[in-house]
This record gives sequence, structure tokens and C-alpha cells, in this order.
Amino acid sequence: MNLTLKIWRQAGPRHQGELVTYKVEDISEDMSFLEMLDVLNEQLNARGEEPIAFDSDCREGICGMCGLMISGEAHGPERTTTCQLHMRSFHDGEVITIEPWRANAFPVIKDLVVDRGAFDRIIQAGGYVSVNTGAAPDAHATPVPKPHADRAFVAAECIGCGACVAACPNASAMLFTGAKVTHLSELPQGQPERMARVVSMVEQHDAEGFGGCTNVGACSAACPKGIPQDVISTLNKDLRAALRA
Amino acid sequence: MARRTTVGLKLLMAVTGLLFVGYLLLHMYGNLRALAGEEAFNGYAEHLRTFGEPMLPYGGLLWVVRIVLVLSLVGHAYSAFALWSRAGSARRTKYAAVKTAMRTAWMRWGGVFLLLFLVWHLLQFTVVKFSVNPDEQGAAVTQNPYELVVASFQVPWNTLIYVLAMVALAFHLSHGAFSAQQTLGWTMTASAYRRAKIIGHSLAAVIVGGFLIPPLAILFGLIP
Repeated sequence: MNLTLKIWRQAGPRHQGELVTYKVEDISEDMSFLEMLDVLNEQLNARGEEPIAFDSDCREGICGMCGLMISGEAHGPERTTTCQLHMRSFHDGEVITIEPWRANAFPVIKDLVVDRGAFDRIIQAGGYVSVNTGAAPDAHATPVPKPHADRAFVAAECIGCGACVAACPNASAMLFTGAKVTHLSELPQGQPERMARVVSMVEQHDAEGFGGCTNVGACSAACPKGIPQDVISTLNKDLRAALRA
Repeated sequence: MARRTTVGLKLLMAVTGLLFVGYLLLHMYGNLRALAGEEAFNGYAEHLRTFGEPMLPYGGLLWVVRIVLVLSLVGHAYSAFALWSRAGSARRTKYAAVKTAMRTAWMRWGGVFLLLFLVWHLLQFTVVKFSVNPDEQGAAVTQNPYELVVASFQVPWNTLIYVLAMVALAFHLSHGAFSAQQTLGWTMTASAYRRAKIIGHSLAAVIVGGFLIPPLAILFGLIP
């Protein structure tokens, strides 16, 4: 298949960027989206041009490194990561616009690569959990009811790719922060620091310059792991409890 | 301070929004009394003022409600504009290609429209009390709540403004009533989340339906 790509090119964090149009030909529909970009980069290299910078690591949908805004949709038209998106999701002759995640808290480093250090700082603000060190405890030493374990697992599926922020009309990171809060709030190990953790994480979230949540659910719709919006409800409830305490 | 975070602002918006939902239900009930005739409607309006006597002075409860509503409005609008401005500056470089949900825009611009309508509505029926109907003028109309309502909604353009405001209210409530529950942390399971969505849509349908019946009945001559 032949495609027209409009790709955001930006030489560095302080440079002005612009959309540049490229044509690629004979793309197999079995290629992943990133392989299609690899093909384009090989052509650019052959012509002596600067290849397009984009993030990727595992290329199997589990690490959260890749992430592109593809024609206005985070990770493109399928519910998956950009690396697991295949060219069969597009049609011959299609014009595809490829942009980096847009949020002030995610500054562009180069082309399609953004700095998601803000997520790391939110995690750091969450602090520690009190667990005894030493020999591994017996598996049944701390019972976890099945519904709580299941919900903790759903929240823990978050790979921190940033699609929620990219898709949110307010550039809010509440789905990410909510997933991290819920992950620990559902488990006994997360209880001792539960109140302090949610306050610090929400304060860090706001300090990074993310917007507020309007509960429209664009985040969950874009999330490659399908993290539900109800994790934000848990964050809200924990914060309310912390305010009362 | 956790109170000053975006979630703190949202809690303020949720609580004040739920107060408005409660008030709208009472207001809607009062409006529907118009279907039972002049005596029922004006009697209801008078009872609002004598409610709680002699423990409260004449109109006492009404003023308490008004003060709570004005404070709620200030809180609701303040948090809305603070979050709106924050969201606007959280993404300074916009996307060239966008496919985003329109509900956030509906909430914000719809909310601004509702605020303007509220000013118009209060001037018309509470603060100034004037009739927009050229055939029905004078103190006999403007000082009689039932007559004023009937005279006003016999005028098609006035009813149209009202209907447009109710459309905006329907969108605002169907998302807002759900969103308040989510913000208050009442939707922590998938089933509670679905229930909150249903409650949002149902409240919007009931309230907007109830508000539309009297003006449309007047416009089409079902209430003389």
C-alpha cells in the first residue's frame, strides 16, 4: 500500500516544529506501524536526511515506551499500543498525520519523542509502602479478597505510555494517577500510607501542569490496557477521605 | 494543601452541582403545579414564603434557599472557570488532527449559556418581573405569578429561548450528574459506574421533561 504521511519534525526542545509530508510506497499491511516508520527512516538515511526520532522498546505492547498521535487518535484507530498497530488498519492512499503527545507536562525532546519524566515524578511522590524485608513471606500470610486482587491487577496493567494524557481534552493525567493510586489502595500492603500517598501524588500531578479531569472518558477509550475510569473515582474517594482526616 | 488541588476544585463543583439538582427537582414540582390551575400555582408560590412560620419570618426559608443557591453558583462557576483556564494552559501546542470527545466543550459553553439564561430568567420572573407579551401588560399580570408565566410563554420567541436553555440543561445534567458521582468517589465498581451513568441520563430526562411541559402546554394553548 502507498501512503502519505504528515509527520511532526522538530529538531530539539527549543526549536520550532512543523508537519512535513513524506510518501511511502509498497508498505505491507502486515507491517506494524513502527516498522512502516523504520522503512521511511531507511529511505531518509539513504538520501542522507535526518531520520525521524520516535520512541520504542519492547515492540510487543508491554513496556509503554512507544506512543504516537495518529490522525488525532492516541496509538491510532485500534485499542492497542502503537507498536502493536498494524498497517491493515489503514487503507491504500490514506493520508496519516503523526504527532507527538501534546501536553505542557510532556515537552517534546525531538520530532515525535516526548519527555514523560512527569509520570516518574508522580510515582516518586507516591513514596514507599511499608513491607517487612527479609525472607519472602508465606503466600497466604496476608489474605487479599479476590475482588480486590482483581481490581488491583486491572489498575496495575497501566504501562505509563501517556495515551490518557494525550487523548484528554484537558491534558489531565488522572487516569494514570488514578491507576497507580488504586493499584495500592486495593491491597493490604498499600493501606498504611494510603492517605498521604494520594495527597502527594495529586499535588505532584497538579504541580507538573496537567489539567483537571472532566470525567468524559477519552482517557479510558484511548488506553491500550483498557484501564477503566472508575480508578479515578477511587483516587477521588481517597483524596476526600484524606481531606477529612 | 489537598483542598486547592484540581480534585479539591472538582469536589466543590460536584457538591454545588448536586445542590442545584435538588433545587431543580423542587422548582420543577412547583412549575408542574401550573397544570392544576392558577390557585394551585399561586398557592404554592405563597406557601414557599409562609413555610416555617411562625418559627421563621415571612419569606425566611425562601431567603435561606436563595443565599445557599447564590453561594453554590459562585462556587460552581469559580471552580469551572479555574479548571477551564487550567485545562487551556495544560496543552499550549494543539493537535493538527483532532478526534476528541465534545462533552467537555458542551459542559463549558453550555454552562456559560445556562448562566446567561439564568440572568434573563431571574430578571423576567423574580427580580424585575416584566411581561414580554404586548397583549398582557400591567400590574395585574406582573404581580400575579400564574398570569405572568402564562402571558410570557404565549410568546413563541420567549418559549424558544426557554427550550434552548432546557436542551443545554439536558446535556449539562446528563454528564454533570454522573460526573459529580464520579468525583465524589461513588463509582468504584463497574456496576456502580454504569448506575451513575444511568442516574445522570434519567435525571436529565426527568428534570428537562418536567420543565418543558408547562411552557409548551401554554404555548399550544392547553393552559388558557
